[in-house]
Amino acid sequence: MTETNNYVLRMERISKAFPSVQALDNVDFEVAAGEVVALVGENGAGKSTLMKILAGAYKKDAGRIFLEGKEVEIESPLHAQQLGIATIYQEFNLTRNQTAAANIFMTREPRQKGLLGKLGLVDRRRMEAEAQQILDRIGARISAAARVRDLSVAQQQQVEIAKALAVEARIIIMDEPTAALGESEVENLFRTVLGLKEQGISVIFITHRLEELFRVADRVVVLRDGRRVGEISLKTETAGGTQSASDTQALTDRIISMMVGRTLDDMFHKEAAAIGEPILEVRNLSRKGVVEGVSFTLRRGEILGFAGLVGAGRTETVRLLFGADPRDSGEILLEGKPVDLRSPHDAAQIGLGLVPEDRANQGLVLKLPVQENIVLATLDRHSRARFVDRRATERTASDYVNRLTIRTPHLRQKAMFLSGGNQQKIVLAKWLAAQPKVLILDEPTRGIDVGAKAEVHALMSQLAQSGMGIIMISSDLPEVLGMSDRILVMHEGRVAGILDRAEATQEKVMALASGAQV
Amino acid sequence: MAETTSISAKSYARRTTWRDIMRAQEFGVFLILLAMVVSLSLGTSTFMTSTNIFNILRAFSWIAISAFGQCMVIITCGIDLSVGSVMAFSGLITALLLTRQPSVPVPLAVLGGLAAGSFVGLLNGLMITKGRLPPFIATLGTLLMARGTVQGITGGWPVRDLPESFRNLGQYDIPVAGVGVPLPLIFMLICAVLVSIFLTRTVWGYRIYALGGNETAAGLSGINTAHTKIMVYTLCSFLTSVGGILMTARLGVAAPTAAQGYELDVIAAAVVGGTSLSGGEGSILGVLIGAAIMQVLRNGLVLIGVEAYWLQAVQGLIIVLAIMFDQWRKSRR
Repeated sequence: MTETNNYVLRMERISKAFPSVQALDNVDFEVAAGEVVALVGENGAGKSTLMKILAGAYKKDAGRIFLEGKEVEIESPLHAQQLGIATIYQEFNLTRNQTAAANIFMTREPRQKGLLGKLGLVDRRRMEAEAQQILDRIGARISAAARVRDLSVAQQQQVEIAKALAVEARIIIMDEPTAALGESEVENLFRTVLGLKEQGISVIFITHRLEELFRVADRVVVLRDGRRVGEISLKTETAGGTQSASDTQALTDRIISMMVGRTLDDMFHKEAAAIGEPILEVRNLSRKGVVEGVSFTLRRGEILGFAGLVGAGRTETVRLLFGADPRDSGEILLEGKPVDLRSPHDAAQIGLGLVPEDRANQGLVLKLPVQENIVLATLDRHSRARFVDRRATERTASDYVNRLTIRTPHLRQKAMFLSGGNQQKIVLAKWLAAQPKVLILDEPTRGIDVGAKAEVHALMSQLAQSGMGIIMISSDLPEVLGMSDRILVMHEGRVAGILDRAEATQEKVMALASGAQV
Repeated sequence: MAETTSISAKSYARRTTWRDIMRAQEFGVFLILLAMVVSLSLGTSTFMTSTNIFNILRAFSWIAISAFGQCMVIITCGIDLSVGSVMAFSGLITALLLTRQPSVPVPLAVLGGLAAGSFVGLLNGLMITKGRLPPFIATLGTLLMARGTVQGITGGWPVRDLPESFRNLGQYDIPVAGVGVPLPLIFMLICAVLVSIFLTRTVWGYRIYALGGNETAAGLSGINTAHTKIMVYTLCSFLTSVGGILMTARLGVAAPTAAQGYELDVIAAAVVGGTSLSGGEGSILGVLIGAAIMQVLRNGLVLIGVEAYWLQAVQGLIIVLAIMFDQWRKSRR
């Protein structure tokens, strides 16, 4: 790269480690003034981490950041903002009960003239007029005096963009800006982005929808497993902006292969299990705006992998299945018989188990000891005449602590003091104790170390061999491919396809997950 | 499966040790109580007399019994503001049943009072779970509704002339080794033991702690969170009614203004006793000590000659200091 000096932002050899994972490993990243850069990669590739470092939300372990050639140390989100870096997260940072203008000028409200201003009185008229100017500049059809709660999602996003402009941001980071937008709103957003570009503002956007890249991005940077694996300049590759369908297809394929270009290692010891009759049938499961018409069959001894991108509706599907959220429609059959399942209580009663994705918030009661967490779903079986049988409880807990090699000093240790892998094993133990017919695992190995991961995988194989049906959601593609008998791929709330173990490849899964035609 | 490990299976069970006791939640508040008692016995000649001690014990019995219920509610991350009104309401219904013509036998009248009081709790539970009201709002509503009902029924006049067999429940002292132990104290201790067993040994108790520690995880573990909450609020009102009836028996009169503002004493007793307002933590022993601290404080301040008008201010200050001490002690481990 010869034009290094033109870059408004340069990040050099950025590294960041979390307790169990190297999230970023010597990543370089750069943006020119008025350039639109798309940052793509699988779940967990490090996109969000990189952007959070830029936004001041995380501290980098190593590496240097240059803004207009000057090295900076970004201390905090506020500092990032002062440096001219604004971030628009998927969850907007807006106060719903205040007006668009109040949000746009939050903490920097224009004051009244003279003494009144010194006393802290806001000049509302001036604030709304200035906010309106900014909103008009980005083509937003919003009154600055409108309350945020009355605005649509797309309009709220425009308020966020206006907020970024109000602090005179030179770089705007957008985290999956199109995820919650409809087709025409996406069009609008892209027009706004191109408008920003003309004003010399750089835009970095993280996206999962590859088809969008070609409409707005100048350059695509691909991350994988915390490393930068490549970039494609769309300006030169599609000269003049005229892209034929076949060009686009070829580029999409190139990007996908960069994203997944990892070889399957032998970490996954899936042992063959006899696959029996259907144990769970799900027909046409739907919840408006989240999940649409999901149907599948799970057999005894089968591990059914759920693949897809974050937000594709996988977790939402299993929550519907488990009765954690109300469904609009859908039939559930367990062992051939329809079941009336309306709450997690019902689900547990009929023999379903759910290991949720968020251990700390949904799986464990952190304040309670290990042993009580283990018997939480089976209190009835660990009691006599409604009195908890402490000895039986201790026996069960000891048994699982041994079997799953949960590392804890003793059973009365509070769950909060254990490591992520051991916490995950406690949640697993809780459901194994319940001896469910169907076990649903949502990201069972996320954030746990390699050893614990292998142990969880071995356990899954054992359970399948014992005749249990297992649903495993995972964003780790090699894991899905390595552990599943069949893979159900979701895209935008629907089943994009179900692949057999033999025919599934990373590329096929990724293509289905990105909504591309296979 | 996995039978290989069971051969060398090691038991991870662990018994309570002296160190556990030292580190226990209750130990800190117990130290505070001890310090108060010691300084009052040394500083005044009147504190350590059996009359004074039993006066303290009798007076805090009903607050403590209600605080056991409040403790359960707070463990589930809730709050019950209606307890003062429920005390008055249950006492009044009992008194009305006793004084009507023909009068109802004492056991039945007491049952009637308990049922009436518990009904308020059932209402609280239903409003919070099915009506999706925040506990603060739901119980603020029933605080006013129950108090208003009491005032409406009585027209503002107290119900007097309660039969002696009923008043004995609150006034009789059982002679034990030469000293008269007040009956309410006995009831309070029985309640303490029963509720403590309920919370720590039964399936329901486990569910209550799980629900308070993490409602989402408890729900996803198949615990019926709505039923558990309804039960907890009903139980809180039931225990409060026990307290209210004992109080009415002790006073010998059901006044429409009885127990006004007691909700704050009850909540303070639970919180001083180490019940965490963020849920999932708390014990009956702690609440018992907390209630004792509150009563010793009230009594002690009078004995050392704090002017009556200043009592509340000093009480407030000491509550805050006690909890700060406890927080500081906890943060050190």
